[in-house]
Amino acid sequence: MSITANKWQLNDEDGDFFYIGNSECEGRFRRDDGYVHLVFRQGRKSALLIQVFRDWNMTEMLSGGDMLIRSLQDEGVEYIFGYPGGSALHIYDAIFRQQKIEHILVRHEQAATHMADGYARSTGQPGVVLVTSGPGATNAITGIATAYMDSIPMVVIAGQVPRDLIGTDAFQETDMVGISRPVVKHSFMVRDASEIPGIVKKAFHIATTGRPGPVVIDVPKDTTDPAETFEYDYSKPFSLRSYRPAYEGDMDQVKAAVAAILEAKRPVFYVGGGVIQANAKESLRALVRAVGAPVASTLMGLGAYPGTDELSLGMLGMHGTYEANMAMDETDLVIALGARFDDRVTNNPDKFSPKAKIIHMDIDPASINKIVDSQIALVGDGQWVIEAIWSEYQTQLKQRSAHQTDSQAEQLSDWWQQLNGWRKDHGLNHNLKPEPGKAILPQLAVQTLYRVTKGDAFVSSDVGQHQMFAAQYYHFDEPRRWINSGGLGTMGFGLPAAMGVQMGSPGAVVACVTGEGSFMMNMQELSTCLQYGLPIKIINLNNQALGMVKQWQDMQYGGRHSQSSYSDSLPDFKTLVEAFGHVGIKVSDASELDAAMEWAFSEENKNRLVFVDVWVDPHEHVYPMAIKGGAMRDMILSKTQTSGGA
Amino acid sequence: MRAILAVLLENEAGALSRVVGLFAQRHYNIETLTVAPTEDLTLSRLTLTTTGDEDRIAQIIKQLDKLVEVISVINLCSDEHVERELLLVKVRAEGEARQEVKRSADIFRGQIIDVTSDTYTVQLVGPSNKLDAFILAIGENGAEVTILEVVRSGVSGMGRGNRVLSV
Repeated sequence: MSITANKWQLNDEDGDFFYIGNSECEGRFRRDDGYVHLVFRQGRKSALLIQVFRDWNMTEMLSGGDMLIRSLQDEGVEYIFGYPGGSALHIYDAIFRQQKIEHILVRHEQAATHMADGYARSTGQPGVVLVTSGPGATNAITGIATAYMDSIPMVVIAGQVPRDLIGTDAFQETDMVGISRPVVKHSFMVRDASEIPGIVKKAFHIATTGRPGPVVIDVPKDTTDPAETFEYDYSKPFSLRSYRPAYEGDMDQVKAAVAAILEAKRPVFYVGGGVIQANAKESLRALVRAVGAPVASTLMGLGAYPGTDELSLGMLGMHGTYEANMAMDETDLVIALGARFDDRVTNNPDKFSPKAKIIHMDIDPASINKIVDSQIALVGDGQWVIEAIWSEYQTQLKQRSAHQTDSQAEQLSDWWQQLNGWRKDHGLNHNLKPEPGKAILPQLAVQTLYRVTKGDAFVSSDVGQHQMFAAQYYHFDEPRRWINSGGLGTMGFGLPAAMGVQMGSPGAVVACVTGEGSFMMNMQELSTCLQYGLPIKIINLNNQALGMVKQWQDMQYGGRHSQSSYSDSLPDFKTLVEAFGHVGIKVSDASELDAAMEWAFSEENKNRLVFVDVWVDPHEHVYPMAIKGGAMRDMILSKTQTSGGA
Repeated sequence: MRAILAVLLENEAGALSRVVGLFAQRHYNIETLTVAPTEDLTLSRLTLTTTGDEDRIAQIIKQLDKLVEVISVINLCSDEHVERELLLVKVRAEGEARQEVKRSADIFRGQIIDVTSDTYTVQLVGPSNKLDAFILAIGENGAEVTILEVVRSGVSGMGRGNRVLSV
């Protein structure tokens, strides 16, 4: 016998036992009934296990817990974000006995799901979460729902009480499959340990294909019992006859779409997160540049098309730019790509783009005609469809120019004149100047962050005014840089999401733009940041109130600030983060803002978490703001100015 | 608009609860629901009746189709189809009314499947509106006929001719 792979050497042979080792560790194993059992003295290299068995062409016998972790290894999982507890202890022991996957111990399960989510959004790889039964599982629900609403690939493994206790109201029992059902793409309950590798494989397949989403695997403790072993073979194919996501779109619809694009005088691209999910950035950019039409991006789509590009109108919707919303109202052709006509975009759907024909591309057929009827529907993978439109566009353009001299650019010149006029009239001012002695405008804080980070940071946010300011004033030129909870609107998302981003991109600059309300919802994770050395920069736009709630109360409830303030009881954030082992700085004068931001991102703080507590003008509102029930042209532009007919 | 949705789904634990959960979650209405395994024991066939305008029915079908365990969905009402529902009705029938119930059952081609001295249990199969008509008819028979209990199976149906729902 010889074992050469991985530089393992056979050291000794003693009856049934073989002793092997290398410079790192050694171990022994014995052959027994055709199976090999490994018992290590020191070190825990799972790579060794695989290699030995492959060399000998033998079936590996593993417990349910070991199979679960091995399956994750075989999926190429880098990190598990989790929190242990009774029902998950066999699994945690399996994690201890391996080194391939790093487990990140959070301080609250909600944060584990947001970390996995941030990791997934920024890298495109599925995030993996492990929690225990009962409260561990229920704490994870908010993060699962967040991922579900934004179609983020995630696999959540939840411990469960042993099978014979299910249904008896056992300690830490909760019906996880039931409680998560409305907020998962799919879920599995392990009924027999032998199913584990197959379930994991299906879970990853479902989570990452089609319209991505979270998948829950509920694992009763006794199915992970180390005493029982099963044949492990991850290469076995699985069958899912009922799950066949669309990939290719319909060519007739592609042709119709291109004909409509060539005919349009005032087209606009309405781009959503689906384009980012489909990794269709290049195809989108090629198509947009070929057509020369403007791009309005949803909150989720920011970065798919470069925010600093001339063709970009910025974000559309409730707090979208004037020019983007006016364009949507005046357009004669909406080209919706990977967007779902969310109510925060359309305002009143009956008044949406009244003069336009609508092309709608989405991977999910249920998104088509759900809110707004489209005349041309393209169901398929974003990259496939956009590429198909692009090449069909080239073909039809050639045919057309044979008998027509107008290029598309000339055809759109009036439209651009109109668009640029809107930009000039009421576009956002990106050249805000600090006024010494005055309260800091939150917009200025984001603008400064943008300048100091050279527009190249990953930016996560929480939910509220700061989120909208970040979306308006930080221009994203690349996808997967803007990480926020768009659909569910989860306060407390920002910090753990930034942590997941930093885990996935260790050297990158990661900023979390938050507000003191959101930050306090998951600030316990400062401790996790210290444990794993995550040098996130937290930009806290501190207005001493729940800013967006207060804004609505100002505008719609006669300024009655019901339960939206806690200004007398705020912690001193600088001292707080110092107690967690990090550094902080407080800025309340506009003249100090630049220096504080420069310091936060300086070489000195490269490896430290820095908390910049920016005391901003508490009276500032987010504008533009859609007028409820109106068309997209109906906006409040400032405290004294409105647009449109409302 | 009434729709009869025929759904083929994996015969797995939890599959039915996903279908029912979807209807609750999205505020869709279920009027009747019936489900059983097919000749292929890995498959269940579910028939569900609901109401809504065309857009809503289309959205319900798409949302059902999105469920991982659902293999295919059709709206039987969108084309020629046959539908049947089973009704069992137990009535208190004494004196003259006994004859009247028997006559009504015969007219509707129902069968009396259980008899006591003062009750009849009638079985009737047909489209839902025929069952409605029968219940109305015996209810109008006069004071001596009292409906004691009604149970209906919910609608089952199939497309006519070569229209087949399969994997």
